[in-house]
Amino acid sequence: MISSRRGNFTFNGIAPEAGLKAALQKGRAGVIGELSASGLKGRGGAGFPTGVKWNLAAAAKSDVKYVVCNADEGEPGTFKDRVILSDFAPLVFEGMTIGGWAIGAKKGVLYLRGEYIYLRPHLEKVLAERRKQNLLGTKILGKDGFDFDIGIRMGSGAYVCGEETALIESLEGHRGEPRNRPPFPVDTGFQNKPTIVNNVETLTWAACILSKGAAWFKKIGTDKSAGLKLYSVSGDCTRPGVYEFPLGITVAKLLGEVGGENAKAVQVGGASGRCVPASEFARTLAFEDVPTGGSIIVFGPQRDMLRVARNFMDFFVEESCGQCTPCREGNVKLLEGLELLEEGRCSMRYLRELCALGETMAVASKCGLGQSSPTAFLSIVQHFQDELMGRMHGR
Amino acid sequence: MLVTEQEQLKAELQELATRHGRRRDALLPMVQEVQRRHGHVSSYAMQVIADLLDIHPVEVHSVVSFYSFLSARPLGRFVIRVCRTISCDMAGKDRVARQLENDLKIKFGETTPDGQFTLEWANCLGMCDQGPAILVNEQVFTGVTPEQVHGILEQCRRRFSAHALAQTAEHAV
Ligand SMILES: Cc1cc2nc3c(=O)[nH]c(=O)nc-3n(C[C@H](O)[C@H](O)[C@H](O)COP(=O)(O)O)c2cc1C
Ligand code: SF4
Repeated sequence: MISSRRGNFTFNGIAPEAGLKAALQKGRAGVIGELSASGLKGRGGAGFPTGVKWNLAAAAKSDVKYVVCNADEGEPGTFKDRVILSDFAPLVFEGMTIGGWAIGAKKGVLYLRGEYIYLRPHLEKVLAERRKQNLLGTKILGKDGFDFDIGIRMGSGAYVCGEETALIESLEGHRGEPRNRPPFPVDTGFQNKPTIVNNVETLTWAACILSKGAAWFKKIGTDKSAGLKLYSVSGDCTRPGVYEFPLGITVAKLLGEVGGENAKAVQVGGASGRCVPASEFARTLAFEDVPTGGSIIVFGPQRDMLRVARNFMDFFVEESCGQCTPCREGNVKLLEGLELLEEGRCSMRYLRELCALGETMAVASKCGLGQSSPTAFLSIVQHFQDELMGRMHGR
Repeated sequence: MLVTEQEQLKAELQELATRHGRRRDALLPMVQEVQRRHGHVSSYAMQVIADLLDIHPVEVHSVVSFYSFLSARPLGRFVIRVCRTISCDMAGKDRVARQLENDLKIKFGETTPDGQFTLEWANCLGMCDQGPAILVNEQVFTGVTPEQVHGILEQCRRRFSAHALAQTAEHAV
């Protein structure tokens, strides 16, 4: 395995524990104020404002609360959390500890996907060191009444467990089936206690923001999408890997940086994201334009977009938890439609029906998996219909 | 299963339950550990775990069947998972998969008759910038080529014979 890191990372230049010390100084409300002012939004895909989430959990009345770090990183094409966990684990745990301080939690859990089990010894070692340095445990850094510790729990190969309520179900010893929301984890989370679930990268930025200040972060990026973001880049480009860029970068600029200039399309946001064709490379990667958890998959001129769509659909059919009908049945229907296209036997009318079905799934599914699984299908059909229709099977 | 083996497993599970706490939220760590040590979670293990956590065995079965890394039927000593997600697909995972089938003489989803290897597909292993990627138990291999497959399998076989040798030596003492 070679390092996936490309270029400079802000995480490299952060003084150890500067964020945690600042957090203790500022007090709980001060930390939440700083995060809100920074404009930090969740880096796990959904983009929920982190300051708001922490504030809700802080305000919830309960003497037991939890901080959960979502290290399930299952979105196809995403590997930046792996890089953060390998290279910047202390900063991740610092972010969790700051979260614990801010909301008044004593326990943190890092939910690590089973596929990353080889990272566990390293993470346990970092945790042990932090306990020794009194960065975890009781009276952290001498602060009376501030007790916090972190445990690691493993996933077992289920993409849907990245969804925060499914993750909580899994932690509680159940099948990873998403819950109805509301109630949200900030008031009814792990063991029905107020819980913040945050992505690995979100927590790492939280530590940086406490260290460098909200103003520093806020002035990077766009108005609605503040700050820096890690991008996991793979596919047809000469320099794949994990990059740090501001939010709001255009697809074209990013492709230039990674050596993917002649791409015909880019999948932004993984299997549940959307396919952006070359004609739209001027668009920006930002919550208000093309949102992303950071997965960027580049498709060169020779790629068959039907094969791409099929790969994503196979994924969703396999990973749907099967709880609700639009997702369980809908994904199978879309996959069968792609098979018809492969055989060159799909009428335009039927393709339109499938697109209508996809739109229904997006509104009628219970969780984000079924709500976003048709996106790739729909955007590929929209932009590459010419490539998909009238295939000559077996010639 | 021999009675002594059953008793051994039961003792092991009791120890695990003590370590993780006899609560429902101990279920996953327990079955994960059983899977790791024994290559599957047998119905006997499910029964004992259910008793220890005071839940119905069907609950345990339902959890085991949900997660793709847990299995009620015995898997090989080495479980090889080939990433089939689009980036590894574009990097040539099909040829690696084919070569694995050729060298092991089994198809995906199968286990070799000697119980050494199981071949499975995996969804994104998070190695998208250096595919094709495969996971062999807890070790990841990246940039795998068809011609490297043989060497990877040999490495597993050597590791197993070293392990078996060590165990025989232990018994001899
Ligand atoms: C099917 C599905 C899978 C998800 N997988 C992940 C994941 O692997 N990692 C993650 O951080 N968030 C994932 N999410 C988003 C989480 O539900 C949640 O929004 C996120 O962990 C919140 O953290 P953030 O606000 O810091 O981004 C997933 C959502 C869905 C619907
Ligand atoms: S949308 Fe899919 S994954 Fe989500 S609850 Fe429904 S069936 Fe399960």
